[in-house]
Formats: sequence, C-alpha cells, structure tokens
Amino acid sequence: MLKVNNLQVYYGGIHALKGVSIEVNQGEIVTIIGSNGAGKSTLLNAISGFLKYKEGEVLYRNTKLPLNPSKIVKLGISHIPEGRLIFANLSVRDNLLMGSYLRKDKVKIHEDLENTYILFPRLKEREKQIAGTLSGGEQQMLAIGRGLMSSPDIILLDEPSLGLAPLLVKTVFDIITDIRKMGKTLLLVEQNAYKALSIADRAYVLEQGKITLEGSAKEIADNPKIREAYLGSKK
Amino acid sequence: MNTYIEGILILAGINLMAVLGLSLLTGFTGLFSFGHAGFMAIGGYASAMLTVKFHWPLIPALLAGGLAAALISAVIGKVTLNLKGDYFCIATLGFGEAIRLILDNVQYFGGARGWPGIPNYTNIWNVIAINLLAIVILANLIRSRHGRNMIAIREEELASQIIGINVFKHKMVSLMLSASYAGIAGGLMAHYMTFLQPKMFSLVKSTELIIIVIFGGLGSISGSVLGALVLTALPEVLRSFSRWRLVCYGLAVIIIMISRPEGLLGGYELTPSSIKKLYNRIITKKRTRSQGLGGGDTL
Repeated sequence: MLKVNNLQVYYGGIHALKGVSIEVNQGEIVTIIGSNGAGKSTLLNAISGFLKYKEGEVLYRNTKLPLNPSKIVKLGISHIPEGRLIFANLSVRDNLLMGSYLRKDKVKIHEDLENTYILFPRLKEREKQIAGTLSGGEQQMLAIGRGLMSSPDIILLDEPSLGLAPLLVKTVFDIITDIRKMGKTLLLVEQNAYKALSIADRAYVLEQGKITLEGSAKEIADNPKIREAYLGSKK
Repeated sequence: MNTYIEGILILAGINLMAVLGLSLLTGFTGLFSFGHAGFMAIGGYASAMLTVKFHWPLIPALLAGGLAAALISAVIGKVTLNLKGDYFCIATLGFGEAIRLILDNVQYFGGARGWPGIPNYTNIWNVIAINLLAIVILANLIRSRHGRNMIAIREEELASQIIGINVFKHKMVSLMLSASYAGIAGGLMAHYMTFLQPKMFSLVKSTELIIIVIFGGLGSISGSVLGALVLTALPEVLRSFSRWRLVCYGLAVIIIMISRPEGLLGGYELTPSSIKKLYNRIITKKRTRSQGLGGGDTL
C-alpha cells in the first residue's frame, strides 16, 4: 500500500535519512523503533510532504506521492504529529471538524464524528470544552481523533505515548488496535518499543538514518540485541 | 472642517490603510513584517509616476500602485514565505530597507533629493471612502473560508498543514493583499504630501505600522482602526510638550502595552452587536451590585 524506496533526506549538511526503504501493507500495523535522533519523525515528515527530499521516492498504491502536503492528505494519508498540535482556542468538536477540512460530504462527516465519539467517549463528554484546557492525554486523543476525521486509509502516528502516564499509554495503544479493526492501516513511530512491538505486525529498527533490522514484530522483540538496546532486558 | 484636524484625519486614514493591510498579515495570519514601508514606497512611487508622467486620474493610479506592490510582494513571498517566524521578519526588514536604498538612487524619481510636484488629489472624502471600502473587503475576507484558513495558520501552522490547508498559498494571498493595501496607502500619501522622498519610507515607518497593529490588538480590525486614529493623533495632541512629545508618545505606548499586553481590543471586534452585549453586561453587573446593597439594607 505504502512503499518507501531509498529515501534520502538532508537537513542542510546533515544526512538524516541515508536510503531508507520500508513497506506497509493494507491492514497492517507497522512500527518503526529507534532511539532519539535516529530519523523516525523525519521519515514520517518526508512521507507526508512536510520535508522535501531530493532522492528516493514514496509510492502510495503504486503511484508516486506529490510533494504537496494538502494533496497527500486528500489521497487518504493522515499524519498525526508528535506533540499533539491541536487548535487550542477551538472547542473539541470544532477541532475534530477541522480534521475533515478537505471533505465536502456533510452526512459522512457527521457519521465519522459520531464514530470518533464512540472511539473516544471522553471527547464526547468534553465536546464543547476549549481544547487548550484538556489534559495531555485528552489532547492526544483529540489529535488522533482529528487525524481520523479526514477519513484516511493509512495513518502515520508519531509518538502517541509521549509524555503520558502509563495507564493512559495503555488506553492509547488499545485505541490504536481499535483503529486497525476499523480497517485502517497504521505506520507507528514509537520510543516505547515494548508497547509498540506488542501491538504491531511488523517492525523496522531505524538507527542513525538507516534501517538496520526488519521483520515480524515477534522476531524483533525476541532478537537479543534489540532486547538489550531497546527493551531493557538482558535475559 | 478645520484644515488642521482634517490634515490629521487624512494622515490617520493613510496610516489606517497600511495598518489594515499589515493587520491581515500580522494579526490574522501571524506573519510579522518590518518591511511594509517598502510596499508603501512601491505603491507611492508607482501611482505618482502614473499621475505625473502619464496623467492618469487618482483611482486607477492607486489601484495600479497597489497592484505593483502586490506583484513585488509575490516575488518576495516566493523566496521568503517558507522561512519560519523570526527569519521571515528579518527578510522583510531587509526588503524594506533595500527598496528605500534603491529609490535613493533612481534619478527618474528624483533620487534621495525627493520628488516634488505630485498633484494634490488626496482629500478627506476619498480617504474615508477608500478606507471604508478596504474595511468592508477585509471584514468579509476574514469571515470567508480564506480568512479562516489564515487564522488557522496563525493559531497552529503545522496542524493546519496536517489537516490539508495549503499553508504556503494562503500565506501568499495574505501577503499580496496586505502589500496592495500598503501600496494604496503609499499612493494616497504621495498625493497628499505632493512630495515623495525615500526617507519617508524608512524602517521607522514600518515600525510605526507594527506598533499601531499591536497597540490596537492583533487579530482585530476595529482595533487597528482605533489604533491608527489614536496613535496618529497622539503626537499632535502632545504638541504642547514640544521637544518631549516623542518621549511622551513612547511612554504612552509603553504604559498601554504593560496594562493591556493584548492591545486595546485584544482580538475582539467592536461591532454594533458586541457593543450592545458589553452594554448589557455592564447594566446587569450594576443591577446585581445595587441589589446586593439593597439586600444589605433590609438586614
């Protein structure tokens, strides 16, 4: 469904992604794990068109993606960035509706809004509240909900567990599995490798701009090197 | 009308025109520009050229001046709008100064000595009419889809991009419209002063415009109107302080910014309905207070 071939991204003189190739198939949860500064967010930003790349290509349903972020959203790719980035002065409901910015089918939008509320009952409770006054976890849910409102086929999810209490992290990961059950495909970038591998089908390990390991999530989780480096266990 | 007061009102109207443009860019789109005097200069010289050398009437010349400023802003925008925050600000600052220095050296327009003999076409009535039209256009734009996109970009640029707003395009539209307003203001100024000199469009002018926008309240059209009137009239009111008047002006701005950092209106609009609401609120507040006192009396 989504295929990245030999992607090279530079920040000025810094070579951030050194020929990354990954593939995401329909209905999968694929996770990319790696330490800080490995290039995980860079990869997502390049896919969704926020970063310009000179070499390599991103194929979506076998056609090359344009370099224009708004066109990419229209094709059905939704990027939920790190750090939530909600519209703090709008209500929860308006924030969600902003997610459907490019859609014109009002009936379907309201259906999706109701579905989002089913997925996040908390947001329904706080429908009229100003989004800036939500707690961190609620803001993360709002960001995910807004990402769903563009009716995407594939969701790029960047560090959804960042800065959340352990209990909330569990909730967020449960929701990610629920989203997959809705028939969506997910590309998940996480530092919490243990959690990410527990829900993913396949995984890539990104180190200093290169994919060093790939395989099923279980293989990666059982790999002794990975256990030592990312999962914090030497058994 | 007293010609002195009329003169101040015309100057306020000219400032207001440029401030409305800057308000769209800074107040509603969130892009700070320190180069709007440059756009005023382009509009001023272009429209003066048309009326003096080609004998055009005022209105088409003003429109052409605005268009010239918009076209140049498009070129500037193409290269600078991808810059973030402060960097864009510095780029506009450089642009404004560059325009001034270029005009200093264009002998066709009189160079640094200035250009006298521009016909006196600007009067209080056409300034008021043009400003009213400009306000109506701006207010409608802000309420349109384009305006809402710009506000979304101001609020959270990356989030706007994520939901599919074409950020670059809307910044560009905002910049071009903003520049054309400034260009028209420059044209009005040329035909009021009947004299143009590059020095009139220095960084001080750009800063003055920015001060008015922030003073009036970012994201408020009525705030910009109020700011332009107050801050243009203030130095005149303070004339009796003679040499101390600019110090007083500075002090007044500082005091207001400390007591109301969000500006005079701070993002709110003064419309008939909002005035009514405010009035009702004050009335009810008074009433509850007097009722409270009445309750005290019975005890």
